[in-house]
Amino acid sequence: MSAVLTNPVPPAPQESPGLWTLAWRRLKQDGVGMTALAVVILFLLMMAASFTGLIAKDWSKEKGVSYANPSFLAGSENLEAKAMAQKGDASKVAPVDLSDIDPLAPRYKEWDERAAKIAVTETRRAEALPFGGDKWGRDVLQKAIKGSEVSIFVGLTAAILATLIGTMLGAAAGYWGGWVNDFLEWFYNIFTSIPYILLILAFAAVAASSGKFGKGILPIVLILSLTGWTGIYRLIRAEYIKHSNREYVKAAQAIGATNMSRMFVHILPNVSHVGLVQLSQHTVQFIKAEVILSFLGFGVPVDMVSWGTMLAEAQNELVIGKWWQLFAAGASMALLVTAFSLLTDSLRDALDPKLK
Amino acid sequence: MAAYVIRRLWQMFPTILGVILLIFFLFNWVGGDPAQVLAGKISNPEQIANIRKQLGVDEPVLYQLWVFVKQVFTFDFGRSWSTNEEVSRILLTRVGPTLTIMVPVLVIETVLAVTFAIMVAYVRGTLTDRTIMIVCTVAMSISFLVYIIVFQWLFGFILGWFPVQGWSESFWKNLATYAPLPILLAVAVGLAPQLRLYRSFFLDEINQDYVRTARAKGVPEKTVMMKHVLRNALIPILTNIGISLPGVFVGSFLLEVFFSIPGLGREIITAVNRSDFPVIKAVTVYLAVLTMLINLLVDVMYKYVDPRVSFK
Repeated sequence: MSAVLTNPVPPAPQESPGLWTLAWRRLKQDGVGMTALAVVILFLLMMAASFTGLIAKDWSKEKGVSYANPSFLAGSENLEAKAMAQKGDASKVAPVDLSDIDPLAPRYKEWDERAAKIAVTETRRAEALPFGGDKWGRDVLQKAIKGSEVSIFVGLTAAILATLIGTMLGAAAGYWGGWVNDFLEWFYNIFTSIPYILLILAFAAVAASSGKFGKGILPIVLILSLTGWTGIYRLIRAEYIKHSNREYVKAAQAIGATNMSRMFVHILPNVSHVGLVQLSQHTVQFIKAEVILSFLGFGVPVDMVSWGTMLAEAQNELVIGKWWQLFAAGASMALLVTAFSLLTDSLRDALDPKLK
Repeated sequence: MAAYVIRRLWQMFPTILGVILLIFFLFNWVGGDPAQVLAGKISNPEQIANIRKQLGVDEPVLYQLWVFVKQVFTFDFGRSWSTNEEVSRILLTRVGPTLTIMVPVLVIETVLAVTFAIMVAYVRGTLTDRTIMIVCTVAMSISFLVYIIVFQWLFGFILGWFPVQGWSESFWKNLATYAPLPILLAVAVGLAPQLRLYRSFFLDEINQDYVRTARAKGVPEKTVMMKHVLRNALIPILTNIGISLPGVFVGSFLLEVFFSIPGLGREIITAVNRSDFPVIKAVTVYLAVLTMLINLLVDVMYKYVDPRVSFK
């Protein structure tokens, strides 16, 4: 995916510049757009690095004391860390055995194993971390990097899926017309007559209770893409209606191009700029949605970290003066979303100068 | 006019049917066995069979669909699976607090956004315009969650201007004490995107020929903006308000969760958390119908805003 965003110039064999070459030239003139593109690429590189484990590999390790201060505030008092140090002795007492009634009892062993692993690294905890620590002493900076990876990945994959669904259905409705169009319009009306947030929550409720949407981040990706394709469908459909009667399509038919070839080889490249702008716009929208859904507990699972889960943890930290986790998640999200929105505007201007 | 409305109402039926089918498909087919959901995993098979019988999920699929259709048209969704409260009662009692928050939000937000947008559109291209647009873009990029957490902390906890959260039985006390902070928040957050949108509507109108003509014949600027531009931009603005109206009934569930407002939004979140399917099904179907009715209402209102619109 990053290849498409970072390098929208396919090698042009012909002499006259194509749509993408022209768009790229226009985008290069746009200072704001190029800055936004650079920021987005930086985030994508960070995502790739954290995905492959180059950075933020041990985000889940409890390296510091509870709510460790950021390095630049290393001297200030930290009551929570002291309280935790005192509590440390008390917690060694064996807990009450609940395994008879606890439905999670079969997982006790797994947890014990995990706990045993952590206890090894617990020997020395840092007093200060680069950007502070959370309640369990995890490095907030690393959490923010890992959280960015998960949030961007969810937003991007959901947007790609939604664009695919929307483009396929839009192409079918716009190209074939007739009953295919009627049926898909009916389908579209059903999805849009339910308020968007309710639709998402209805899907989330079903996904949570049935588990048929898979595990990990798959449910949230599916929920967002299965509910979010409608706008793209509508735009692509309009483009296909416009294009399917143009001369070049008629010419393609005359030389014997099949329907499939006309739809996807001839028309699709001419409407793909609409898809790209929509992809960019929906990525932003889905990143925002993921944050809110994860906060409510319907998004990424609790053993992963995303901007949403970080904000959920941070909501009570502000009252005790620990602002860094809220700031780290909020600011990195704001930076990426601002850059992505500006990039979307620039892309639209570059690809469709008439619109301006 | 009457013929138009009747035809539009008639056209709604396939969509309503589709919504019912989608919800039925989601909850009765994809959603898994409701008895399993209800009884949890420690229940014995006998109990599950009992619950299945009670809920009617051991009946054939078509019969279940018929029951669901009947529920929709008789406004009787039975009782909540988790609290055993009647679903219709839940909906009716929760909608009040939601409207207490959302109606003032919609009114204040629209008035402010239209006022600011027409001012910004008037000075388009200047430094003021560009600065406001950049501020709007950045403001839109910050998560709603961050706004709520920071505002609640700042105004409720540090400054103490408003109670941090709460709700009472009295409508006036709610409106005067508990509602202002959520309303302030929703307006602050909703203003930026609306301002941007309405500015673009005004810009479309400002560049029209009739505006140049009006200026050429010496109409004062104020009249040009307030009479010519504003009136013509009302159509897209009205459409946008129409789109956001169903949301007024759903409420801002985040605000309701954070401020402990017993509204519909919080009820939906609770229902999703508890897999309380009857509540979610009822809310979804009725809000879909409401959305369609509001769309019709907006279309009819076009006629009064723009006399050129004719019903076909």
